Amino acid sequence: MQLFRLKPVLLAVALSIMGVGAAAAQPATQTTPAASAAATTTATAATPADPTLTADGQEIIHATPGIGQPTARAVDLQPQVTPTGIEAHGFNNNILLPLAIGISVLVFVLLAVAIFRFRAGRNPVPSKTSHNTVLEVAWTVIPVLILVFIAIPSIRLLAHQYRPAPDNAVTLKAIGNQWYWSYEYPDNGDIQFTSNILKEKDEVQPGQRYRTDADGPRLLAVDNRVVLPVGVPIRLLTTSTDVIHSWAVPAFWIKLDAIPGRLNETSFTIEKPGLYFGQCSELCGARHGFMPIAVEAVPPAEFAQWVHAKGGKMPGENAPPPPGENDTDTPLGHDGVLPPAKDMTQGIANGNADATDQPAVGAID
Amino acid sequence: MTDTAITPSAFEAHGAHDHAHEADHKPGFFARWFMSTNHKDIGTLYLIFAIIAGIIGGAISGLMRAELAEPGIQYLPYWASMIHGKENLDQALHFWNVLITAHGLIMVFFMVMPAMIGGFGNWFVPIMIGAPDMAFPRMNNISFWLTVAGFCSLMISPFAGPGAGTGWTVYAPLSTYGEPGMSVDFAIFALHLAGAASILGAINFITTIFNMRAPGMTLHKMPLFVWSVLVTAFLLLLALPVLAAAITMLLTDRNFGTTFFDPAGGGDPVLYQHLFWFFGHPEVYIMILPGFGMISQIIATFSKKPVFGYLGMAYAMVAIGVVGFVVWAHHMYTTGLPVNVKMYFTAATMVIAVPTGIKIFSWIATMWGGSISFKTPMVWAIGFIFMFTVGGVTGVVLANGGIDDNLQDTYFVVAHFHYVLSLGAVFSLFAGFYYWFPKMSGKMYSEVLGQLHFWIFFVGVNVLFFPMHFLGAQNMPRRIPDYPDAYSYWNAIATHGYEIMAVGMIIFFINVVWSLAAGKKAPDNPWGEGATTLEWTLSSPPPYHQFETLPQVD
Repeated sequence: MQLFRLKPVLLAVALSIMGVGAAAAQPATQTTPAASAAATTTATAATPADPTLTADGQEIIHATPGIGQPTARAVDLQPQVTPTGIEAHGFNNNILLPLAIGISVLVFVLLAVAIFRFRAGRNPVPSKTSHNTVLEVAWTVIPVLILVFIAIPSIRLLAHQYRPAPDNAVTLKAIGNQWYWSYEYPDNGDIQFTSNILKEKDEVQPGQRYRTDADGPRLLAVDNRVVLPVGVPIRLLTTSTDVIHSWAVPAFWIKLDAIPGRLNETSFTIEKPGLYFGQCSELCGARHGFMPIAVEAVPPAEFAQWVHAKGGKMPGENAPPPPGENDTDTPLGHDGVLPPAKDMTQGIANGNADATDQPAVGAID
Repeated sequence: MTDTAITPSAFEAHGAHDHAHEADHKPGFFARWFMSTNHKDIGTLYLIFAIIAGIIGGAISGLMRAELAEPGIQYLPYWASMIHGKENLDQALHFWNVLITAHGLIMVFFMVMPAMIGGFGNWFVPIMIGAPDMAFPRMNNISFWLTVAGFCSLMISPFAGPGAGTGWTVYAPLSTYGEPGMSVDFAIFALHLAGAASILGAINFITTIFNMRAPGMTLHKMPLFVWSVLVTAFLLLLALPVLAAAITMLLTDRNFGTTFFDPAGGGDPVLYQHLFWFFGHPEVYIMILPGFGMISQIIATFSKKPVFGYLGMAYAMVAIGVVGFVVWAHHMYTTGLPVNVKMYFTAATMVIAVPTGIKIFSWIATMWGGSISFKTPMVWAIGFIFMFTVGGVTGVVLANGGIDDNLQDTYFVVAHFHYVLSLGAVFSLFAGFYYWFPKMSGKMYSEVLGQLHFWIFFVGVNVLFFPMHFLGAQNMPRRIPDYPDAYSYWNAIATHGYEIMAVGMIIFFINVVWSLAAGKKAPDNPWGEGATTLEWTLSSPPPYHQFETLPQVD
């Protein structure tokens, strides 16, 4: 067991070289989300507050069990929050699943009856029937009709999924890297950041940020979430800088490969605010299982505020809005709820969003 | 239809005569087993080889299930350090990818294919058509030993570098600039050798079946197993050269600076996927069609009835083979295909359900009205029909491009293809093995152990693979060594399923060893009046050279 304890340290070292290194490189020009909100009194006081974070850098939207993430022991599909996802979910649950179960049960029953009625003890003399044209035509034609019945909603679903995004869509570009995602908002100015897996408390070096339950489940929580508006069509572009990855969020019914040299496109509209998780879905090397995706869906106004906080602009604006509009001394709450006051210096020093359940630097270890 | 139409009297009396000959001509041990040109000996070699490869591939899946039994990384660092001698987390995680790759390649290329085509195909295609041997006996020999060489190359791979962690699909560019060292080159070479072996084997089967049928054995009288191997041989002949081309391009991309699949030089990674799946989808049918053939023979034998709808059954296999070549991109629904392409592949893929349905219903109709005895081969065959149906209906779900966006590369896919392969192809292999074991070895297997093997294995694989549907519906990705904690419940159950299945396999090996050592002597035809194909007219085991006088088929 001692050997296993080594793993977190190695993981931390490896990531500080690879992933976190890259993560740190990007925001160097901007400021990390934690710092931008927390260090309001110092250098970045001019930037509008990030509406997704409290003043001390804590995320406001927390993961909700059962929504946007897998549920323990569940046997069905994850709840859907996009129109195409809801359509596909209904197609699967109302047509495909009953048909699949029905055909399996039919075959099972036929086999059971044959086994019972035609066992040698009960039916010692076999019939010699080896043809029945009506029957053979029937079990050819009926499956064809069933398939046509399936094909109509299936093709319709495809047509809906491929409906191009309108001009007012928000564009998100997801770029796969070994082994983290980086994101750009090409229509919103200069926003770009990387998104790394958040490691467990015992896997990080002292002072590094680690996952808390507020961030989301183990292996799904990331340091920088994608933020998207609800009710607005999203144009998703994917590509990759190295090998093939796949950007997938099950609650959106979206999975699109990120392929080097290609720019794939799809679109979707999120209907409910919330936090939605996904994982890379194409084998991409050693840490394929450790590059999750987290999307925070917020109302459009909040999205616009987030864009400004990130130094970007909404379409139609000429430049980022003049800084200093927000009252940076007041922590910005979500839905009018003020987050609990925190010791900001400790939050900054630890580099961790959640300062309350964490001892001071040096006591960790 | 041949099953009822043969007249064995013309050659039945030759048993003793052939035995006398066999004493004269049977070569010494080394010449017989290492330089063999006898289709039955080569078939035996293939079966032994497939069992060895299956043990290795099955043990690897045991390692995988152990690691996945609970969340977190438990054993990978140990296993990786056993091979690489040092501790490094990335190496440990990479070793996971090596395991999944090895499991897939071994089971596909070195277990199922050698057992079905090389093993049972070699053994029984010539006998069933009334031929003395295969058309090209020496080519048969090189087919086998190339397969062995390919397997050796695959086994060297993890020791020649960091191990091939590309998945069995060897997708570029992970397999080109994503994987340094010589491991992937060895794995590609293994595929080249196995592929060449299969192409040679396919030529051999096609030539044998077209030219060496006994007088009166028309194509429409051939047993369905021979039909299945004929269709399979054509699939091999047409599909494997495409794989060979694709992986050769991988080799030159890796070693000689070409950029077929590298966008930096104008190449396209998706091209590799098109080439691979143009081979890969027919490959799926290559693995299951001979199983269809075996199941048809067994169901007819133990129902004491001829196969229902013989021509429909034969041409359903031909249809599956033909349509199987035009559906490949349903493996690539998330690669950004245009909408029209996705609609086409959705529709084309669903078409395959029609001939498959014909086969399922025809098997049931064969049983209907029969006088069924539930010997071990028959229970495996019935198990096959039901489990293959379950795997088939999830295939119809996955065929829908719009649905696949959510399920692609999740455990739902893993569940689907293990139901058609691990519960389909493998069930048919066990059915065929028990069916022909008395003929091949001259010894009866233990019926009690055979039935026990079936029930334990049946429960085990269902406990192992059915929960994977649930994991997939909840979107657990494939090919990950650690998973979010919400997936732990069904993963733990799946691992218990593996343990149950492993007990079943132990019973199988006990049965084989016990039967070979102490089994009752098998009669020429242990299955009675239902067994109507030519192999049951020969002695058990058959003479070294059968049919010195060709049988006449009405």
